Amino acid sequence: MSGRRIVITSGKGGVGKTTTTANLGAALAKRGARVILVDADIGLRNLDLVLGLEKRIVFDVVEVAEGRCQLRQALIKDKRFESLSILPAAQTRDKDAITQEQFAAIVEQAAELADYVLIDCPAGIEAGFRNAIAGAKEAIVVTTPEVSAIRDADRVVGKLNDKQIPIRLIVNRLRPAMVKSGDMLSVDDVCEILAVELLGIVPDDEEIIDTTNRGEPVVLDESAKLRVIYDKIARRLEGEVVPFTNFDSQGLFGRLFGALKAG
Amino acid sequence: MIEWLKKMLGTQNSSSTAKERLRLVLMTDHLALAPEIIENMKRDLVDVISRYVEVDREKVEIDFEREDRALAMMASIPIIAVNRPTGGGDDGEKPPVTNERAQAEATASPSTASPSGVSASANASAEPPKRRRRRKQPSGKPATAH
Repeated sequence: MSGRRIVITSGKGGVGKTTTTANLGAALAKRGARVILVDADIGLRNLDLVLGLEKRIVFDVVEVAEGRCQLRQALIKDKRFESLSILPAAQTRDKDAITQEQFAAIVEQAAELADYVLIDCPAGIEAGFRNAIAGAKEAIVVTTPEVSAIRDADRVVGKLNDKQIPIRLIVNRLRPAMVKSGDMLSVDDVCEILAVELLGIVPDDEEIIDTTNRGEPVVLDESAKLRVIYDKIARRLEGEVVPFTNFDSQGLFGRLFGALKAG
Repeated sequence: MIEWLKKMLGTQNSSSTAKERLRLVLMTDHLALAPEIIENMKRDLVDVISRYVEVDREKVEIDFEREDRALAMMASIPIIAVNRPTGGGDDGEKPPVTNERAQAEATASPSTASPSGVSASANASAEPPKRRRRRKQPSGKPATAH
């Protein structure tokens, strides 16, 4: 049985697509799933760097498309998680170095080898985006609670709806204290505006900067607050009903992290 | 404290402002991205209005303008003639009948009718409707619908 093919996209750049792909992939792998992460950002390769695998790249997705190597040869196994590997993007090529058909075929092939193929989509809605969604059967839209990110996410939601790809939403970098004081859009607001089913809420936390600096997924760190968050998202993706942490209610900031530590 | 001050001064939280601005901008985006919606709406609008008055379909214009807190639709619909009120015809049955006739007139009169017939009917209805039109669209301003 072939695995699920999920594109992780946002429209706007810098909202956390790559970080989400890396950490969600790691969380799924930690739970025992076979996961292949595909970096679709041709020319701006980064997924390898976020996961600390940048030194081990031999082949990339364009070379697979051109038939210069087999998919298996291009996959880089993550040593920390047996069942996680990545297919790197080409760094010195353009977005048009690969066609939608080629990309879709590679994703389909990867799905034969894994339970989950997560495709890290480039920012924008042009060729790179069209490639990234070509082989996807599901989509995760990542947004931050900011007007520009939400407007761009809405554009992407429209495009995915046109392709009849089901969508779920991750609200990234939420700052509960600001929501509480009325200075940041709440998760409810974002969901209402975008009219998309919620998959996860990731609070803004310095941890992620630290772990990304080191090239380590946050889910590896047992003491990390965000580990629980990504684990919850992974479980929801697997179909488990996991209640959302209520970041919006009163006096939450302190209680929130207490609750997270408790798991 | 700041929150309390804001409340006292009646200033809106920035999150409510963000939500409102987003709602408006997304409506505008969605309309701009789906020109067929506007075309369909224009057609339906003119169909309905044509039940009552003769409209110059070619010159119908629809615009969307952002006002303070709402998106407003501005429709400019030039009226060529006002149908003479016909005797009888109760409310319940009237619209479908007149609808058909209005549509027929709107499409038929410019193209199919004989030249003399057209000019005659245009002349006959030119005077009174003009006055009425002015009343409906004061100083040529487009009718506004919210």
